[in-house]
Amino acid sequence: MYNVYEKTYTDLPDFDRREILRYAGVKGEADGKTLDLLDECLQESRTAFSYRVCYCELSQSALTEKITAAKESESLARFLSGAEQAVAFAATVGLGIDRLINRYVGVSPVKALFFQAIGAERIEALCERFCKEFGLKKRFSPGYGDFALTAQREIFSMLGCEKRIGLSLTDSLLMTPTKSVTAIGKL
Amino acid sequence: MDFRRFLKHNTVILDGGTGTLLQKAGLPLGELPERWNLTHADVVANIHREYYDAGSNLVCTNTFGANALKFSETELEAIIRAAIDNARKGAALSKGGQLKYVALDIGPCGKLLKPYGDLAFEEAVELFAKTVRLGEKHGADCILIETMGDSYETKAAVLAARENSCLPVLVSCAYGADGKLMTGASPAAMVAMLEGLGVDAVGVNCSVGPKQMQEVVDELLKRASVPVLVKPNAGLPTVKDGQTVYDIDEKEFSELAAKFVEKGARLVGGCCGTTPEYIRKVAEAVANSKPKPVQEKTYTCVSSYTHAVDFDKPILIGERINPTGKKRFKQALIEKDTAYILSEGIAQQEKGAHILDVNVGVPDIDEKTELPRYIEELQAVINLPLQIDTSDPIAMARAMRLYNGKPLVNSVNGKRESMEQIFPLVKKYGGVVIALTLDEKGIPESAEERVAIAERIIAEAAKYGVSQKDIIVDPLAMTISADKNAAKVTLQALKLLCERGIKTSLGVSNVSFGLPCRDTVNAAFFALALQNGLSAAIMNPNSVEMLKTYYAYNALQGLDENCAEYIRFASEVLPTVTIGAPATAASDKGADSPLQAAIIKGLKEEAARLCEALLGQKDTLTIVNEEIVPALDSIGQAYEEKRAFLPQLLISAEAAKSAFEKIKAHILAQGGRQTKKCKIVLATVKGDIHDIGKNIVATLLENYGFDVLDLGRDVPPEKVLEAAKETGAPIIGLSALMTTTVPSMSETIALVKKELPNVKIMVGGAVLTQEYADKIGADGYAKDGMGAVRYAEKVYADLCKN
Repeated sequence: MYNVYEKTYTDLPDFDRREILRYAGVKGEADGKTLDLLDECLQESRTAFSYRVCYCELSQSALTEKITAAKESESLARFLSGAEQAVAFAATVGLGIDRLINRYVGVSPVKALFFQAIGAERIEALCERFCKEFGLKKRFSPGYGDFALTAQREIFSMLGCEKRIGLSLTDSLLMTPTKSVTAIGKL
Repeated sequence: MDFRRFLKHNTVILDGGTGTLLQKAGLPLGELPERWNLTHADVVANIHREYYDAGSNLVCTNTFGANALKFSETELEAIIRAAIDNARKGAALSKGGQLKYVALDIGPCGKLLKPYGDLAFEEAVELFAKTVRLGEKHGADCILIETMGDSYETKAAVLAARENSCLPVLVSCAYGADGKLMTGASPAAMVAMLEGLGVDAVGVNCSVGPKQMQEVVDELLKRASVPVLVKPNAGLPTVKDGQTVYDIDEKEFSELAAKFVEKGARLVGGCCGTTPEYIRKVAEAVANSKPKPVQEKTYTCVSSYTHAVDFDKPILIGERINPTGKKRFKQALIEKDTAYILSEGIAQQEKGAHILDVNVGVPDIDEKTELPRYIEELQAVINLPLQIDTSDPIAMARAMRLYNGKPLVNSVNGKRESMEQIFPLVKKYGGVVIALTLDEKGIPESAEERVAIAERIIAEAAKYGVSQKDIIVDPLAMTISADKNAAKVTLQALKLLCERGIKTSLGVSNVSFGLPCRDTVNAAFFALALQNGLSAAIMNPNSVEMLKTYYAYNALQGLDENCAEYIRFASEVLPTVTIGAPATAASDKGADSPLQAAIIKGLKEEAARLCEALLGQKDTLTIVNEEIVPALDSIGQAYEEKRAFLPQLLISAEAAKSAFEKIKAHILAQGGRQTKKCKIVLATVKGDIHDIGKNIVATLLENYGFDVLDLGRDVPPEKVLEAAKETGAPIIGLSALMTTTVPSMSETIALVKKELPNVKIMVGGAVLTQEYADKIGADGYAKDGMGAVRYAEKVYADLCKN
């Protein structure tokens, strides 16, 4: 027997500008115009996020029982080796950033690129925060190694992501909102 | 007594949570609770009985997730029939003496709607319709659509309920701690949309406890003209010894519920964490309170997917999404240049428009498909309410149906035919409609006659069930260059309408048609119209004169607290209007001219200005070949050599685009056509919803003179083939980000190659490599946007040789 919990974060660390620039493809010193645009985009996206996570703690055996793809994955087994308990979680920064990306994708590709990068940095920051809180050192997501993406369906039904954190799955197993992560963590 | 009548005269006690009770009875997590209607019918019926025993009038069936996405049609019917039977059984077994009803419970379908998810609006309607039809067939007394977190999905569910049953429809949404739905709607926006759709009650459930819900409930009670439903959780959850517990007990919960009823809520119950004991206390607490009558509210308001706009102070309706007199705009409509249309919308929002008029009527396009398409595109990226502007009733109906909110409808008039077409649509889909004061006899000359038509229209609307608050009268501004008294008559009509409590709007700029310096006349007329009670102006938000009048008027009339809006306008907007000394783009490495330097540095306005200046001196082809392309090449090369990064490349691309815009406008003004290299069809393949990369490619290809047809994302193989056939494009570009969608790319290539073996297909996207591209039969692999340009140039050069 296990329980699913949900959590909303309101105190995530501020944007990591260097990380965002890296996601946007800046591999060295950014020029002034790029930095100005980054600031503009950061300003515009500041209120776009709501950070939500749902999760459950369960034994490795319960995990493989619930998630067929987990049972079949050797790389996940290696990742989890030596741990009795695992944590399955889903995290999302919400639809706001998707809206911003979509707003600019045809109108200003560079702003869309930056919002994309900001979203990537934010979901990463959320996962890091959650993992730190739970003492999870690393995490392992469907799609890594031989851990099949089909695990998404089982993770979703196990955690009830739709109702709990407003995360849904498309027929092709992509998550919407797009800036979201599902993963298994090792306790 | 049927449920509608019961609701009219009573406070309805709802039930509490079922999920937790089912879990206590042994339902494992991850198992679908709806199946228990069949496998554990007695357990389910017993939970219902406990709620009826506690005093519930209306109990919800155990069908929260009962939809055709999760169950086969046969199983779905079995579940819904059993669920309603179980609730009936619970009622029969209960000793409670109160009137007992059964609500077919419908929750969110678990999928996000397009464009952010992959469920199309009409698919969602059909999905809910299946559940609704079964619910009515098997005898539910009403439908409760609950825990909705998205306004668009809510609209789909309500339409399904209204179109497929005669049952009362109660709608309850889950507002978060911020008082908004997951996708952003405020309570006022939801009330506007839902009342427009004709629901029987609006409400709030789940998400938070009764304490955190106060403001949402207050807002619902303030705005709604239908009964308000409140079904909170038992407070906020905390984890204790591995169990989720809620922080409000039965007694406190019932006291808070009683307060809601005192304020005017007419349906109360509980959600997560509440039990029959909670409901028993609630029933006791409200037993002696008289239900407060529901008052009809008088807001004239429209809504978007985030907020409602009230016509209680002057409203600006942006008129720029309209092809009348705009060659460039017409061209964009014909070329399906959605980005251009969207940028017109975004620009107006940035200038301060409250609502956007949307008119895409040109002879060469099919408005019946294009208007709804643009409405969908605009509402995906702009959170302003839209005014649907068309004379085609079919286009109107389709656009209103797909609109995510309560639209402004432009327009109806005093002609019988017009009223017969428009009012049924407003009744069905909701909306505020602009009523033009003209009829079969034309536009009356006197103000009194125009008011008389307005009154006739309002009286006729009432027959359809459309109330006066949902009508805004436009007494028609006519040009003073044709009739010196035209403006005076319009102003007089405004005054008379205002005295009668009727809301008004005007297409302000008509007044100056045929005159020089129209802005001056328009702004003066606008001020007079406002003074005579104008509620809304359809105007050009780019006109600084109009904005000056608007902000000054509000400040003068005490509508602008501390003159804050005026001060912001004066300090932020006005200074940008006066053009300072032209900034000179210092010559840059690799730049031979100011225009080249501006593009390389990514100075948008500068590039546009310099290009415009050059248009007088050189022909367009020379400007493209000797200025823009060399600049693009220079930055492109820097990017390829890693001296410049992707954002810089794109910033320059956007500056080049702004220069191209000037060239395009120039060519169109001269009646010419732009010469382009060749057509290229672009698409992100089916199943994939990422399109930033593809859009970068599109921008760069366009800048290099290719004629790009961008099919968007999640594009099925057949559509790519069809577009390639239709346009005769010699090149197709496909993008995929995920390993899971590469098969769909491979499928697309196979299909296209089978029928069009000579078309060159280039592919790109995060997971692709040259090796992978070869494997799936692509002709070319582009590792990035510049790679795509180089490949397309090569193919084009080969084509030219042959």
